[in-house]
Amino acid sequence: MSTTTASTSPSRPVRRLGEARPRYGERLIKALLLMCAAVSVATTAGIVIALAGPTIEFLGEVPLKDFLFGTDWRPLFSPADFGVLPLVTATIVVTACALAVCIPFGLGSAIYLSEYARPGVRKTLKPVLEVLAGIPTVVYGFFALTFLTPTLERIWLFGDPPSVFNALSAGLVMGVMILPTVASLSEDAMAAVPQTLRQGAYALGASKRIVATKIVVPAALSGIVASFVLAISRAVGETMIVLIAAGGTPNLSVNPAEAMQTMTAFIAAAGLGDQSTGSIGYQTIFAVGALLFIATFAMNVISIRLVRKYREVYE
Amino acid sequence: MSATQIAPSSQRERVLGGLFRAALFVSLAIGILTLCWLILSILIEGWPRLNQDVIFHFPSSNPELAGAQSAIMGTIWVVGLTALVTIPLGVGAAVYLEEYADRDRWWNRLIELNIQNLAAVPSIVYGILGLAFFVRGFLGLGQTVLAAALTLSLLVLPIVIISSREAIRAVPDSIRQGALALGATQWQTIWRQVLPAAIPGMATGSILALSRAIGEAAPLVLLGGLTFITFNPEGLDSAFTVLPIQIFNWISRPQEEFHVLAAAAILVLLVLLVAMNAAAIFLRNKYQRKW
Repeated sequence: MSTTTASTSPSRPVRRLGEARPRYGERLIKALLLMCAAVSVATTAGIVIALAGPTIEFLGEVPLKDFLFGTDWRPLFSPADFGVLPLVTATIVVTACALAVCIPFGLGSAIYLSEYARPGVRKTLKPVLEVLAGIPTVVYGFFALTFLTPTLERIWLFGDPPSVFNALSAGLVMGVMILPTVASLSEDAMAAVPQTLRQGAYALGASKRIVATKIVVPAALSGIVASFVLAISRAVGETMIVLIAAGGTPNLSVNPAEAMQTMTAFIAAAGLGDQSTGSIGYQTIFAVGALLFIATFAMNVISIRLVRKYREVYE
Repeated sequence: MSATQIAPSSQRERVLGGLFRAALFVSLAIGILTLCWLILSILIEGWPRLNQDVIFHFPSSNPELAGAQSAIMGTIWVVGLTALVTIPLGVGAAVYLEEYADRDRWWNRLIELNIQNLAAVPSIVYGILGLAFFVRGFLGLGQTVLAAALTLSLLVLPIVIISSREAIRAVPDSIRQGALALGATQWQTIWRQVLPAAIPGMATGSILALSRAIGEAAPLVLLGGLTFITFNPEGLDSAFTVLPIQIFNWISRPQEEFHVLAAAAILVLLVLLVAMNAAAIFLRNKYQRKW
């Protein structure tokens, strides 16, 4: 540890005062820690490589146009059809149902917690709300299938009641699951709005509602939109709820009361089937997975950028 | 914004303000009431079936006799191994990013951006990664405990890194400067001062990350964790099933008795999660220091 001996001992190289002894151990540790951090980059690279190979092979057999715009998804039939549109529309329908729950109620919860609730109330209610995000997704799937769907059947007012498997109850339950994410991120954005903006509005005679809707929400808008985008990404990528409650039949329909198979549910169901490596059935897992990854990746990047934007403005 | 807009007539505003407040309260209540409904309905369905058979019996085609023993042991094996892999990696990465990384370097910014993005990648995509690299191709481990644990490790790694970074950031700079001024090297400062002070925060974050791993089913479905397993794992290369997958298996059977059994197993899973979260909250409250 001592560095003073360097100048007195003749056997050691002469070192100028203030120049540190090279510490190889320290450098080794730094390199090891950098490798730990690099594992995350390797993970992303691994995902891209894992998806790219079989997807390219798949696209060698099925033209990209037929894959993206075909309206029939029958990968295991002969002759097989590989049009991914039914899976995509199902994903959109389920996501829309989820957003119908998590956007209004998540934003409402955030405004209440940020602007209305007393500190004590917020301290108790926020963790309770976040329990929703910690419940395993199989549990939500079970809840949607065995409790929500029968309830919807009982109270259905128009047309045919929803089938045993349907996109609606999967989507609604998913919305409740994502609600704390929207509430928590939006509340963070609202908390970053400077108090002086609120005080200025109150000084002009604004009511609490006006301050919340015309001052705080617009000022926090990029953070709020980021939470919505992240919610879409979560809904698109959610698997177990739709696998359990939305059904396993590809169905090109926009009626949420029908059973339909989303992209994620297809991937999981195909994985259950234990396909042999290199078969076209195996490749479809990766092709649909690549589509899913690209969609969620794009949304994550948008969301991260939006969050940075509001941080830069107020911090 | 005009003055009339910001301060409308008080009578109308009082009504609107009340309605708005009520609507906000309803939004919050919807989340909390759904949580109550979910827990109560599963409790009512599963409670009569929740006996020691659920914990000590193996899966069976007879719902009266079936239990989740192999799934519970599988969960302990897989999540325990996940902890061994992901906590050292995650803490190491967090130490690098907080203590060593120079944010002006592009690769450090890339690592940060990448971690933020990975935290939002759908879990099933990690399943595809595990299928391609751990189960089949590159490592070729087969459908084993080790393949599952490696996949889950990568899945929860971003959560461990993000929470460990927060814990390290909460240690004030004066501690570091004091140690360095006394002649400690950078690593000695980190190892003897920063890390001990950050342990409660890192432990809390790691427990929460592992409770995510316990509930995760989608990636393991792809790895082949659904096979009918009537034995406990004996090593890293054992076939396995875990609680969420066993629950999924029982949900997808047509017989009502299996659904009741699934509800009972969900209660076991929820108790496990509540215990872990309680431990995390306890650690945070007991050991976290205000500087």
